[in-house]
Amino acid sequence: MFLDILRIELFKVFKRPRTFIAFGAIALIILLVQFALKVNGKDFIQLYTDSQADTFDIPYDKILNGYFVCVAVLHMILIHVPLLIALIAGDMISGEANLGTLRLLAGRPVTRTQLILAKFGASTVYVILLLAWMSLFALLGSILLFGKEDLVVFKENDLHIIKNSDVLWRFFAAFIFAALALTAIAAMALMFSTFADNSLGPIVATVCVVIVFTIVQQLKVPVFEETVNPWSFTTHMLGWKGFFYVEKTAEGATINGSVENAGALVRSGLVLAGYIILFLLISIVYFRKKDILS
Amino acid sequence: MSDILKVRNLTKDFKELRAVDDLSFSVKEGEVYGFLGQNGAGKSTTIRMLLTLIAPTDGYIEIFGMPLHQKRKEILRQVGAIIEKPDLYRYLTGFENIRLFSRLSGVKTTDNQIREELARVGLADRAESKVRTYSQGMKQRLGLACALVHNPKLIILDEPTNGLDPQGIADMRRMIIHLSKDLGKTLLVSSHLLSEMEMVADSMLIINKGRKVVEGKVQELINPVNSIVELKTSDTAVATSFLENSSWKTCLLPSVNGTIRLDLKKTDIPEFNRQLVAHGVAVQSLRPVHSLEEFFLSQTRE
Repeated sequence: MFLDILRIELFKVFKRPRTFIAFGAIALIILLVQFALKVNGKDFIQLYTDSQADTFDIPYDKILNGYFVCVAVLHMILIHVPLLIALIAGDMISGEANLGTLRLLAGRPVTRTQLILAKFGASTVYVILLLAWMSLFALLGSILLFGKEDLVVFKENDLHIIKNSDVLWRFFAAFIFAALALTAIAAMALMFSTFADNSLGPIVATVCVVIVFTIVQQLKVPVFEETVNPWSFTTHMLGWKGFFYVEKTAEGATINGSVENAGALVRSGLVLAGYIILFLLISIVYFRKKDILS
Repeated sequence: MSDILKVRNLTKDFKELRAVDDLSFSVKEGEVYGFLGQNGAGKSTTIRMLLTLIAPTDGYIEIFGMPLHQKRKEILRQVGAIIEKPDLYRYLTGFENIRLFSRLSGVKTTDNQIREELARVGLADRAESKVRTYSQGMKQRLGLACALVHNPKLIILDEPTNGLDPQGIADMRRMIIHLSKDLGKTLLVSSHLLSEMEMVADSMLIINKGRKVVEGKVQELINPVNSIVELKTSDTAVATSFLENSSWKTCLLPSVNGTIRLDLKKTDIPEFNRQLVAHGVAVQSLRPVHSLEEFFLSQTRE
């Protein structure tokens, strides 16, 4: 029965035109970034390598390859994707309440827990498909446009050079990690959605929470660094970057297949999974007791 | 006939407001049960409790002999409902809506069965149109099709004629009678229009401010022992003089819009008419006023 409800939820999600806004927006943004880097890529890299240009002889043409462009795209757009996720997940329950269909759903022989889980499942599938779409455009598109070379990643005043043959798995890992992070956002939006009878509130609330925690994280003041940031999901959402920071030998050569801080990646993953479970539990407990008056 | 639905001492509080107050009633298998009350009387709240959309503050609901709070899924598999206006998925077609709700009810319907259901409610030619293009009447009929697609034993319709034009109201009435008389379904139909209920219901419950006012067979409620009778005459003064000086004086009711009204035993009406004529009152008409309507209004009027 649960699979039937999940199928129904997916059918509803992908029958709504608004679902495809996100796919269109992502394709457009990626194409714009790729176009900009194709035209002014060297200037863009110079901006990042200004401090290192005196120390190294920087091979701009080699750095500007498909992998580099893909990382740049991810840096630019992943922070904004929560808004697109909130548009769908924040509408899951509240949108039904607003339409008046929630009472039809909840009056059928399905449990409210099944409904929440099916809606969460549908949101997760949406997140995964959105990221798959993003990876298709960002990775495949960039490789087609810019070719493949070793990937150079800038981290503060350091450079991480990853061999061409060691890159692809990192992208897949990063996309999976991003899926986990965005699923946490979807779970939060769904939770807000159970509290409301109109779509706007949960969507705005989700975006506000992301903005507030992002600002707190960027303040970099000890009081937040020690108390809030270690547990803030916005901190851990950016964990995907960790797959592009590699371990180095004493001589400074990068070690193939390594990540600089695997422990931090695991911890971030666990914190995000914890948030997903917490948000889901709150949603289920609240929704089971909710009087449906809409 | 056995009771298919039993409600005992049902109460629902919303903070300070008691929406349903100690309500008890039973619906027998195969009957159309009218659930009447003015807007805000507590009908929709009661229906929402029957469908587990709202948790009762107190009381007990039993459907098909099973307690609702324990056997919710088993019960709801055999219940179809329209709650207030049927808001369906506007971005889906009529066909897709029916398929979706049949699956939610645990029924795998074939395309042909769905088309039959659409034909039954007169929407066969609009099956592939998006619901956003439907009129209110069409949405109501599609809502009914969604409520019936899993062949439920008990059908709950909350204000099914709301927003319909006269043709739509007549169609809905015919459908209710068809479901009951031809298909043997049990229906609980709420309305604030007594006239509608009188035409379709076998039994009726009237509630006001969440409390039961009266419950019974429609025929018994419509035909009580007494009847309010309205007398029209060309000579009101003669008629009034006669009545005030006769034994009928005790039956006189306050005048409404200048008419003479009396509360008479039905068996006394022929004798009353005979005496009026014998005393020279030119009787133009002696008409029983809709007693249930009067009763309903008197009980529910603020």
